[in-house]
Amino acid sequence: MIGGGLLLLICLAALAAPLLATHNPYLGELSDRLITPFWNSGGSMTHPLGTDSLGRDYLSRLLYGARISLIIGLGTAAISGIIGLTLGLVAGYFGGRVDMIITYLISVRLSLPTIVVSLAVVQLLGGSLNVVIMVLGFILWDRFAIVTRSATQQIRSQDFVKSAQAVGCSTMRIIFKEIAPNVMNQFIVIATLEAAHAILLEAALSFLGVGVQPPTPSWGLMINQGKTLLFFKPWLVTIPGVALFVLVLSINLLGDGVRDVTAPEQRN
Amino acid sequence: MVMYALKRIFLALLVALTVSILTFTILNMTTDPAVAMAGDTATDFEIESITIAYGFDQPMPYQYVQWLGNALQGDLGTSYYFRTPVTALISGRISITLWLGLVSMAVGILIAVPLGVIAAIRPNSIWDRICLTLAVSAQALPSFWFALMLIVLLSVTFPILPSSGTDTWVHFIMPVFVLATRVMPAIMRLTRTGMLDVLASDYIRTARAKGLKPQNVLFKHALRNAVVPVVSVSSVQLGHLLTGSIVIETIFALHGVGFLAYESTVRNDLPTMQALVLLFSCIFIIATLVADLANAWLDPRIRVVGIDN
Repeated sequence: MIGGGLLLLICLAALAAPLLATHNPYLGELSDRLITPFWNSGGSMTHPLGTDSLGRDYLSRLLYGARISLIIGLGTAAISGIIGLTLGLVAGYFGGRVDMIITYLISVRLSLPTIVVSLAVVQLLGGSLNVVIMVLGFILWDRFAIVTRSATQQIRSQDFVKSAQAVGCSTMRIIFKEIAPNVMNQFIVIATLEAAHAILLEAALSFLGVGVQPPTPSWGLMINQGKTLLFFKPWLVTIPGVALFVLVLSINLLGDGVRDVTAPEQRN
Repeated sequence: MVMYALKRIFLALLVALTVSILTFTILNMTTDPAVAMAGDTATDFEIESITIAYGFDQPMPYQYVQWLGNALQGDLGTSYYFRTPVTALISGRISITLWLGLVSMAVGILIAVPLGVIAAIRPNSIWDRICLTLAVSAQALPSFWFALMLIVLLSVTFPILPSSGTDTWVHFIMPVFVLATRVMPAIMRLTRTGMLDVLASDYIRTARAKGLKPQNVLFKHALRNAVVPVVSVSSVQLGHLLTGSIVIETIFALHGVGFLAYESTVRNDLPTMQALVLLFSCIFIIATLVADLANAWLDPRIRVVGIDN
């Protein structure tokens, strides 16, 4: 509940960023650089969270940054979800050779180190929002596939599937109309996990200077740019980090909540 | 058991081979190695002569077989940036990363297992809630940001720990703690679940009924069985730790292979990148193999059911 509420708030803030932001997140006055947040002496409510080293309003950048993180989470979960769901359904339904090949694909994928591969590929393709989403989407499908596969194996032998087969439904229909809706609960739980995972990965890539490029207000990039002033203006790093933590926490809590409702037996 | 082990090892070798093909293809297709090698200021003529001299114009499968042949003989090419053999570069740096990973793993287990036990002794108590909250928070913590916050707290506000370098063991306290935090949530949850299952079982009821001391029941009878899954998850988590060290080594200026991975990536140093992806993959594959074999040895049922499940 708390997770869902928090996430809803962040989504609303991200959607309403043009209304809420008091300044342009891309443009700053160099004369206003490095103003401290309002709670420090010297801060003011004109720039509640202060300004960065280019004089850009930090609150406005933070609001627009929420959009980047949410797009990354949604986009990645959508791509990897479609790949993983399809592979898992096919492997679980057909079994045999097909299952063997897909299981093999999953173990190959699991042995590729996520951050090393995404770092290398994003760097070689040139960092941008779309590239990061595509690369992460093509990497993070493993958990979707594993969970969908085992759920499908259980559902396959149930009576309603058998009667659909007996009536002569096409295989496509059985997989996507009969089985797929029954794995949706697990799918949503994994989707929240992977969205959170993708948001953290994008932040790490951008922090290393390889992901989303300036002047995009990505939270990871804001931490990267604030890091040089870490000892003198620590809030440049603290603020986007707290935002990242709260967002990922709320998504994880939402996922836990969904699982508690749909599969209370897995609670522990 | 021998049959199972042989099958499992064969599968691991097959996976390693596939990973090497994938790595080679992906990295060579997303960039022109000659351009990466020549640098930004190179002329077309220079790029062309590099392409011919290094055989980048040969068909991809041919290049791959050559690369693999050399790799199996311990020659992973020469770094474009450092101008030294990649094998030497890696072997000079891997000890820091392995050491960091193993110590962090040990610290993570030493903190997470007791917390998991405490949480399981009294489920839904205040202690359980605190432990679960810790796990949920640690899971949402961006490790690079956590590292920076620790530096602000422990190197600036209270200057008790050094913020970078590898001179003494004190330099490793913060990196180890940050990496340990990454593996703690999974291990803690697993210990808690395992303990809850075991504590509800009949043999624990028997042990309690015959009047054994509560701490004996808990540590001698219950914990031993509860931590079996923890052992196998730990080896997989070790793989995650080693890759997580990319960010942490970069922040704390520890010159291990994680930092090398970052350096070679931002410098488009293709041979080093390739070698490191392969190295981390092999560590993963070996860790999973060891975990599977250990599990099969501990639980004979797995050997019969086989690899598919």
